[in-house]
Amino acid sequence: MKRRDAFLATVALLFMWQIAAMVVNLPILPAPLKVVSVFVRELQNGLLNHFIFSLWRVFAGMALSVLVAAPVGLAIGGSKELSRLFSPLIYLLYPIPKVVFVPVVILFLGIGDTAKITIMFLILFFQIVVLVRDQAAGLPPQLIQSLHSLGAGRRALFRFVYLPASLPAILTALRQSIGTAVAVLYITELSATKYGLGYYIYYNGSTLLDYPAMYTGVVAMSLLGLGMYFSVDWLEQRWCKWKFVT
Amino acid sequence: MIDLEAITFAYPHASPLFENFSLTIGRGETWAILGPSGCGKTTLLYLLAGLYQPASGQISIEGEILTRPRPRSGLILQDYGLLPWSTARENVELGLRVRKFYGEDGKHTPINFQPENNVPYWLKRLGIDEVADKFPAQISGGQRQRTAIARTLALEPDLLLMDEPFSALDAITREDLQNLTLSLCSEQKLTLIIVTHAIDEAVGLGYKILLLNDPPNQTARIFENSGVGQTGYRSSHAYYELCDLLWREMRYETA
Repeated sequence: MKRRDAFLATVALLFMWQIAAMVVNLPILPAPLKVVSVFVRELQNGLLNHFIFSLWRVFAGMALSVLVAAPVGLAIGGSKELSRLFSPLIYLLYPIPKVVFVPVVILFLGIGDTAKITIMFLILFFQIVVLVRDQAAGLPPQLIQSLHSLGAGRRALFRFVYLPASLPAILTALRQSIGTAVAVLYITELSATKYGLGYYIYYNGSTLLDYPAMYTGVVAMSLLGLGMYFSVDWLEQRWCKWKFVT
Repeated sequence: MIDLEAITFAYPHASPLFENFSLTIGRGETWAILGPSGCGKTTLLYLLAGLYQPASGQISIEGEILTRPRPRSGLILQDYGLLPWSTARENVELGLRVRKFYGEDGKHTPINFQPENNVPYWLKRLGIDEVADKFPAQISGGQRQRTAIARTLALEPDLLLMDEPFSALDAITREDLQNLTLSLCSEQKLTLIIVTHAIDEAVGLGYKILLLNDPPNQTARIFENSGVGQTGYRSSHAYYELCDLLWREMRYETA
């Protein structure tokens, strides 16, 4: 994405927001300028703290998911036997909406960050496993055979073929997970915490009825997601140079 | 150098491609394996590469029975053999990196293997030093195949196995690469076995031509082609005569 395009999209979005606020004309939809001024004020007033708590949770949840799911996906995708063993299990567990386990996880792991990170992990794990597995399984057999003939065994194949081949899939999985991760973050921060953007949005919107502040939290959460998108793009441009050549 | 002793091979749930098939290939010879699709020529090459194992009989190279890919055999395929995420140079280095990864274990890497940095030499010898920092998707089919050859030769093989390496290339590039392959083989004293479905390629490259037909292949039908490599051979009478003979043999068998 070009910087100029991102800027234009932001302007267009703010413009539509402004129109909608003028049409609705109710306290529940304040104009963007109002929210921006509150945003600047709140930033010095603890919003940054909530942001950092949320950033840590979502980062930890995604990092843990990638670190566990990518090797599992690679192993299953690289071996027909493992795939036969585990793919049915994954298909059975994948469609279960993991959000329903929030109370169960809190019951087992308490109300701290461990439970919140675990819930995110449960949801992201399957997405990443499936994408990475498909990528690893779809490699042309000629590529594997050439590497075998160069003397590569299982370990070298993993290092020189499966891992680099799956890197784009891992990053795609990450990008697709960001939306889900932020949504799950919100849900996990609704209860059992006094820090985080989810708590901040809910508290301002439902308890204090301070709508400009609530939208400030929404903006902060969007920025959190946007920053993660940009980070993944940046990593992809660094690690997957071959995908960008013409 | 290579001895196939009464090998039998079949894919699971299929009738055998080779039955009691024997063949001897001498050191430094260039062989073309010719035949229609489905005759088992690629399978034979993979057997020689140690990627497949015969159900009975045995294959030995330099006196050693083949049970897995042999470090001194180089295999070059038609396509997809290069890592798309690595530059041409990194692809040429790949075999050496795999060997360093394992160290001298005698299984993946020959004992006493001295990894000298011969990559720049091979990039230059194959004429791809100028595109060395490009990715496979950015270079031509001919350059990709040159990269694959450089990668194999960097490992100092004594046997070169090629599976239809030039069939996706245009006629001029194909002939250039065929001539380059022949001169590299005589320069490096390599044994060459090339699989092809094109009669002109077999006659243009193979000092000996093995003709396979509808399976099961039981006896090796070998055609001598001693004129190969001589200048002007491709426009000689002998060349056309052999092409014609092979053409009739293939027609007769499949009719």
